[in-house]
Amino acid sequence: MRYAYYPGCSAESTARDMHQSTLAIAGVLGVELVEPKGWTCCGATAGHQTDRILAATLPAVNLVKVRDMGLECIVNCAACYNRMKMANHEISTDSEIRRSVNDAIGRDYDGCVKVRHFIEVLLEDVGLDTIGRAVKRSLNRLKVACYYGCLLVRPPKVVRFDDPENPTSLDRLVTAIGGESVDWPYKVECCGGGLSLSRTDVVVSLTDSILGMAKSAGADCIAVSCPMCQVNLDLRQQDIKKQTGRDYQMPIVYITQLLGLGFGISPAKLGFNKLMISPSHVLEKMEASNDGK
Amino acid sequence: MITIKKTKTSDELKGIVEKLSGADLSVCLQCRKCSSGCPVGKLTKSRPSEIMRRLHLGAGNELLESDILWMCVSCETCSARCPMGIDVAAVMDALRKLALARGASKQEGNVPLFNKAFLKTVQIFGRTYEIAMIVAYKLGTGKLMNDMGKFPTMLKKGKISLLPSLGGDRKTVRRIFKKAKQSKGAKV
Repeated sequence: MRYAYYPGCSAESTARDMHQSTLAIAGVLGVELVEPKGWTCCGATAGHQTDRILAATLPAVNLVKVRDMGLECIVNCAACYNRMKMANHEISTDSEIRRSVNDAIGRDYDGCVKVRHFIEVLLEDVGLDTIGRAVKRSLNRLKVACYYGCLLVRPPKVVRFDDPENPTSLDRLVTAIGGESVDWPYKVECCGGGLSLSRTDVVVSLTDSILGMAKSAGADCIAVSCPMCQVNLDLRQQDIKKQTGRDYQMPIVYITQLLGLGFGISPAKLGFNKLMISPSHVLEKMEASNDGK
Repeated sequence: MITIKKTKTSDELKGIVEKLSGADLSVCLQCRKCSSGCPVGKLTKSRPSEIMRRLHLGAGNELLESDILWMCVSCETCSARCPMGIDVAAVMDALRKLALARGASKQEGNVPLFNKAFLKTVQIFGRTYEIAMIVAYKLGTGKLMNDMGKFPTMLKKGKISLLPSLGGDRKTVRRIFKKAKQSKGAKV
């Protein structure tokens, strides 16, 4: 299994832990991920809030690089995944946009490169059976609230990822490694996304309700697959505590980190030390259970 | 009931927004599903369904001052749930573009400033360079100390890098921004 892997800018900063754990578990599962040389930013939310053509052009630069590699484009950041899929959609359905994009990148691109999320590779190509067999340390019924956010599942007509209102991809992965996915209603609510710095008040209000719901559903941690969701839910717990007094102490972990734990990879290699809210009780719960066996 | 005052710019906005977004505003049923699911709907003065209605009725430039334009989180819940298949989020993008082009006075919470700082670092480095982006943004807002307490921990944890990543194809990205600048304003 060989794919082009677009890490996205967060992989080099706030989501280094996601990147590290992705590479670590890909190694265990025999998935080869090759970075396109000279990949550049997808434009993120700032891009499409500013200009429709720019928003399609920035991902297209990378998609052309992947086309040259003759591979599928695997993305793990939900925001990049969304922008790549949107760019493909815009370029393949709107000839005017396609013309402008091709003029800007100096190449002829028609939106043909297949873009998939790493979770789709895990579920469809690797399979839950193989993942189950790779488990060395069960999550021991750790209660995980799987949080998908917006960009993985919307717009459904374009991304076509799972059920847009009640997705279960992350839940199935958690269950495969011995965790317990909790039933909760905020799987696809919004965390505030790219407004973290510009409208911190909005992000604090939205993350407060998500964290509160996960807590009342009895979750030990929240599993995410988007660097923006991770940062907002993790970093803003301090602000929520300051403003409302509610101290959730809810670890926000990447699904790839949880899978890595299940595969027996050390927490340090998976970037657990990078989380703002300490995941120690998650790790201790697992240690205790596995030592007792 | 939603009513609008006719002004000089009335009736002109709808056509431009429809062209920019590809949405057909006349099919809106006013079922308010977009507003019910909107995560910021409870925080804003105007809600998505109201914006849709005002546009359809022929609202002018005053609509570009709506607070929701810059509180909208682009989560696309509205578009995903619209029973008539209207891409409400694309309408918001179009309105933001118009608000910037026409210099709407209210640009809540410095969102355009953040977007500008973000894209500027991409233009220079080919990839996001958070420290430069945050500095540029904070200098613009004048609120230098907000969130600064979190920096040392983030640096220590390697959650943020001191130096930019220079592995990206900067030449192509610069060319794209140059082209975007050339065509800017042509369609608005």
